[in-house]
Amino acid sequence: MSILINGDTKVIVQGITGKMARFHTKDMLDYGTNVVGGVVPGKGGETVEGLPVFDTVEEAVAETGAEASLVFVPPPFAADSIMEAADAGIRYCVCITDGIPAQDMIRVKRYMYRYPKERRMVLTGPNCAGTISPGKAMLGIMPGHIYLEGNVGIVGRSGTLGYEAAAQLKERGIGVSTSVGIGGDPINGSSFKDILQRFEEDDDTHVIAMIGEIGGPQEAEAAQYIRDHVTKPVVAYVAGLTAPKGRTMGHAGAIISAFGESASEKVEILSAAGVTVAENPAVIGETIAGVMQ
Amino acid sequence: MDIHEYQAKEVLSNFGVAVPEGALAYSPEQAAYRARELGGEKWIVKAQVHAGGRGKAGGVKLCDSDVEIHEACEDMFGKKLVTHQTGADGKGIYRVYVEAAVPIEREIYLGLVLDRSSQRVMIVASGEGGMEIEDISAEKPDSIVRAIVEPAVGLRDFQCRQIAFKLGIEPGLVQQMVRTLQGCYRAFTELDATMVEINPLVVTGDNRLLALDAKMTFDDNALFRHPQIAELRDKSQEDPREARAADRGLSYVGLEGNIGCIVNGAGLAMATMDTIKLAGGEPANFLDIGGGATPERVAKAFRLVMSDKNVQAILVNIFAGINRCDWVAEGVVQALREVEVDVPVIVRLAGTNVEEGQKILAQSGLPIIRASTLMEAAERSVGAWRNDLSQGVKVRAVS
Repeated sequence: MSILINGDTKVIVQGITGKMARFHTKDMLDYGTNVVGGVVPGKGGETVEGLPVFDTVEEAVAETGAEASLVFVPPPFAADSIMEAADAGIRYCVCITDGIPAQDMIRVKRYMYRYPKERRMVLTGPNCAGTISPGKAMLGIMPGHIYLEGNVGIVGRSGTLGYEAAAQLKERGIGVSTSVGIGGDPINGSSFKDILQRFEEDDDTHVIAMIGEIGGPQEAEAAQYIRDHVTKPVVAYVAGLTAPKGRTMGHAGAIISAFGESASEKVEILSAAGVTVAENPAVIGETIAGVMQ
Repeated sequence: MDIHEYQAKEVLSNFGVAVPEGALAYSPEQAAYRARELGGEKWIVKAQVHAGGRGKAGGVKLCDSDVEIHEACEDMFGKKLVTHQTGADGKGIYRVYVEAAVPIEREIYLGLVLDRSSQRVMIVASGEGGMEIEDISAEKPDSIVRAIVEPAVGLRDFQCRQIAFKLGIEPGLVQQMVRTLQGCYRAFTELDATMVEINPLVVTGDNRLLALDAKMTFDDNALFRHPQIAELRDKSQEDPREARAADRGLSYVGLEGNIGCIVNGAGLAMATMDTIKLAGGEPANFLDIGGGATPERVAKAFRLVMSDKNVQAILVNIFAGINRCDWVAEGVVQALREVEVDVPVIVRLAGTNVEEGQKILAQSGLPIIRASTLMEAAERSVGAWRNDLSQGVKVRAVS
């Protein structure tokens, strides 16, 4: 088992004819992901990497039975593409696009809620590296080879920092059940709490690693959830101890604007909830190994 | 992106928010002239800088004559205003805004923000206007009224009335309050703001509701669809290095330390800064060069980091995922041959083809200090910086 995606998940790529999307579609296919097609309005009938391209997500779902989608659409149109996926019956959508206006994301989230829970799409991202269930499927832009198959569930806001953690685990021979990027934007599809809940319910996940950063309330909300509902050990690292207040640190959402949003405050809140905190990014792997013993 | 108070007032007044009469001036003479045009007996002269806390820092002055306006302006123009929000360097004053003073009965705080908990727009109001919201939440948390806007239907009038009555606004002014709130919300959503703040919103002696101060921040990601807002950008209010970095597609934040950082990815960049601090050093900057660490981007990054005179060592930390370490290493070597770097350079590569990457760095003949882990890289950077200081010798990495 894994969460969100596995080897059978049928995947389409929205915006598949773009340069980056083509590159990563090939990479995902090489990894063994069940990519079944792509969507680009006006390019229906073409093929990319031997996969059929459709004009609409609706058509792609009807023809291929796709359940998941990866959005590579440029920022001005990305919100519309996510809503199109939600409407077409896609169950899980990963949005890679960085730079989507926050108001657009508010509308996307509201739109997704018009569907009853049984058919409501799950969204992770935007502005993330994607999701990988090692050895099964990869829905994103991460380097697949740095992840071993195993029992640590990773959830984080940052791409390369997540790679750093996965690489530290691989060095110790520790594998990953699923790694989920929730992205660096202030308005995101899924929160830490949403993903923690899935890891808690997943039999193949024995330990959860949570990689947070400054800004926003989601780490603190996760801490409360962990305290009340998570039985598995959780290890956390929070980046941005040296980040100044009120400045945006690369990610649109990485800004300390209120009480409880700094790295040291988040560390304190997580520790109080029983989470094992890795004091620095160099010891994330070591700390997880310690918890697993 | 931030805009000036006078610009925010103009934007909000277009959405039906009442603001005092005022005029912009670029010189003391112009300010005095504008004041006469406005009429009245008392005027407020306000330095236009992108920062709060202007009043306490001497950026807002009450004047009752031409001479006083002149004097107030002489103290402002060309000076740097240092408030608790600007940092030690302050922000340059090149424009002042002159307003006719109004008699104030009471002050209200009004703010609209993107609430990250509900993931919606939230209205925050308090009867304790004039104080900053941080101080209000610390000292008078019970005075704060909040309302979250359901995006499908927008802000409802009943929510506005609720806020007005909770703040104890007299019934005759409630309709004006509804109009003010609706105007702010429409400006917020239609123009893709991330923050609107009116502090204070005042009830005047003649029973009007006026926005005495106004602040707006806009979503950088949405500026493409609001060219009229994008035009309001004032580069004189930005850190020149940060502005230059942004123009080149790099994400840079200048800090106080002396170890420069060049990293790919925002999270890893923050983590690298944290590790430097743990190793006993202070980072000079945050810099995310993005996913593809091409030679051009790395060279740009070196130039940018070297333009900070405080930098005494540079740590390059690249996690090569999609791209390969050998390729990144070649980029680093090429950049170091192009850009004059006369401080120690520490390079840590991780990811695909790391051995080949290390080999390229070693064989380049450049005095690059290599590290294999994040901690080692931070320790070597701090070591190189200390060594450099104690010996007074600079390592030249230019071939």
